Amino acid sequence: MPAGIVSYGVYIPKYRIRAEEIARVWGEREDMAQNLNVFEKSVPDFDEDAVTIAVEATRNAVKRASIDSARIGAIYTGSESHPYAVKPTGTIVGEAIGVDHELTAADFEFACKAGTAAVQACLGLVTANLIDLGLAIGTDTSQGAPGDALEYTAAAGAAAYLIGRENLAAEIEGFYSFTTDTPDFWRREGMPYPEHGGRFTGEPGYFKHVTSATRGLLKKMKTIPEDYDYAVFHQPNGKFPVRVAGQLGFSRDQIEPGLVVPWIGNTYSGSSLIGLAATLDVARPGERIFLASFGSGAGSDAFSIRVCDGIEDIRDRAPKVRDYFENVQYLDYAVYAKHKGKLRL
Amino acid sequence: MSTVPRFWRHIPQRYNLVGTHCSKCDEYYYPPRTICPNCRRNAKMEDHKFKGLGTVVTYTTIYNATDDFKRQTPYNLAIIELLEGPRLTGQVICSPSEIEIGMKVKPVFRILGKEGDRGIIYYGTKFVPVEGSI
Repeated sequence: MPAGIVSYGVYIPKYRIRAEEIARVWGEREDMAQNLNVFEKSVPDFDEDAVTIAVEATRNAVKRASIDSARIGAIYTGSESHPYAVKPTGTIVGEAIGVDHELTAADFEFACKAGTAAVQACLGLVTANLIDLGLAIGTDTSQGAPGDALEYTAAAGAAAYLIGRENLAAEIEGFYSFTTDTPDFWRREGMPYPEHGGRFTGEPGYFKHVTSATRGLLKKMKTIPEDYDYAVFHQPNGKFPVRVAGQLGFSRDQIEPGLVVPWIGNTYSGSSLIGLAATLDVARPGERIFLASFGSGAGSDAFSIRVCDGIEDIRDRAPKVRDYFENVQYLDYAVYAKHKGKLRL
Repeated sequence: MSTVPRFWRHIPQRYNLVGTHCSKCDEYYYPPRTICPNCRRNAKMEDHKFKGLGTVVTYTTIYNATDDFKRQTPYNLAIIELLEGPRLTGQVICSPSEIEIGMKVKPVFRILGKEGDRGIIYYGTKFVPVEGSI
């Protein structure tokens, strides 16, 4: 029996800071935004964290398909900014959406691809008929050290996917993963900000893993890029997904609907899943979507997705990704620093 | 750590605004009551999950907060009348110049507080203006 996405929901905080404002503070070149193809990024409110934005995204997913939360048998939450080192994010999300307590839950961490790993775990349980519905979440309020290159992109956002077998909005036709031990980006226990290998995060990290997972899935599915109407690649900045799409034979038109990083930044575990949601917001039944996440450390999960008739019934029942681009509130660097806890009181 | 069990007991009402309703006199209660003061022993009490839609009855803006809330100043505390009738105190997330009596609000899930750097994080419901929100 086919399995896939029964519903989806996203949440992006309303605050933004412009890349040019960060560049101004640190004396960087004014064309930093153009170079990164990231013009602004989302910033969480004082009282928002990876849990609260995961709850908002999940409530949107539940609302979109009018799901009875008691049907959810598993909650897997991917994030690299879980507020607790020990105490699951998923339990708080579950309680906030009113689940029946007969479920399993665990938190995942794999840099920016923990959310797609959660989708795979849910898909396994659903396909094996062990649960009715699984909830997979990618959520992050990511951190970049002041003045570091990451500060231009490290943003906040969450995406939640309900994975099941019935009333599908989109079928997951297959997936393929590629994983190696590549230390391109890391954060040690107790450290507030991550470290990274600079340019090493590019070729040996992002490009090697995304291209390997993509080519692996195309071979497994016996498909070519032209078989897909849309493609979404992980978006650490606005350059990498555009370049990797070109290398792999996907066109700019295929990636355009899901390319959201120029306006919200890199939402880490939420990134590729928010890109997928933005694509589902516009895709028609029968169309196919290619998705490839990337997580430093490093690995990539690629998915082949076919949009089903059910998408038309549910699409307009919850906020779409681009709805969160409206009515945003811009912060200067000083208020941004206060929001992000960069100022010690 | 004595506040942990107290917070845990309040999770349903803080996360999802679960109160009570007396189906005999049709009165709604938040926070939840176990006894209906109208009907007493004849009451028929049941749990009720409030929608969270309401109106600002009155408000104040906090400029000088306790240490735990210093980072959030200035912030608005309001008495909100829920659609079903009960009134509660909650934070309304908007600029002090934006909040006004009669403003329609809706619920959002936020951090209510933290027990310092080592204790638990309290989550629950705050409110945002309906107008201009997604």
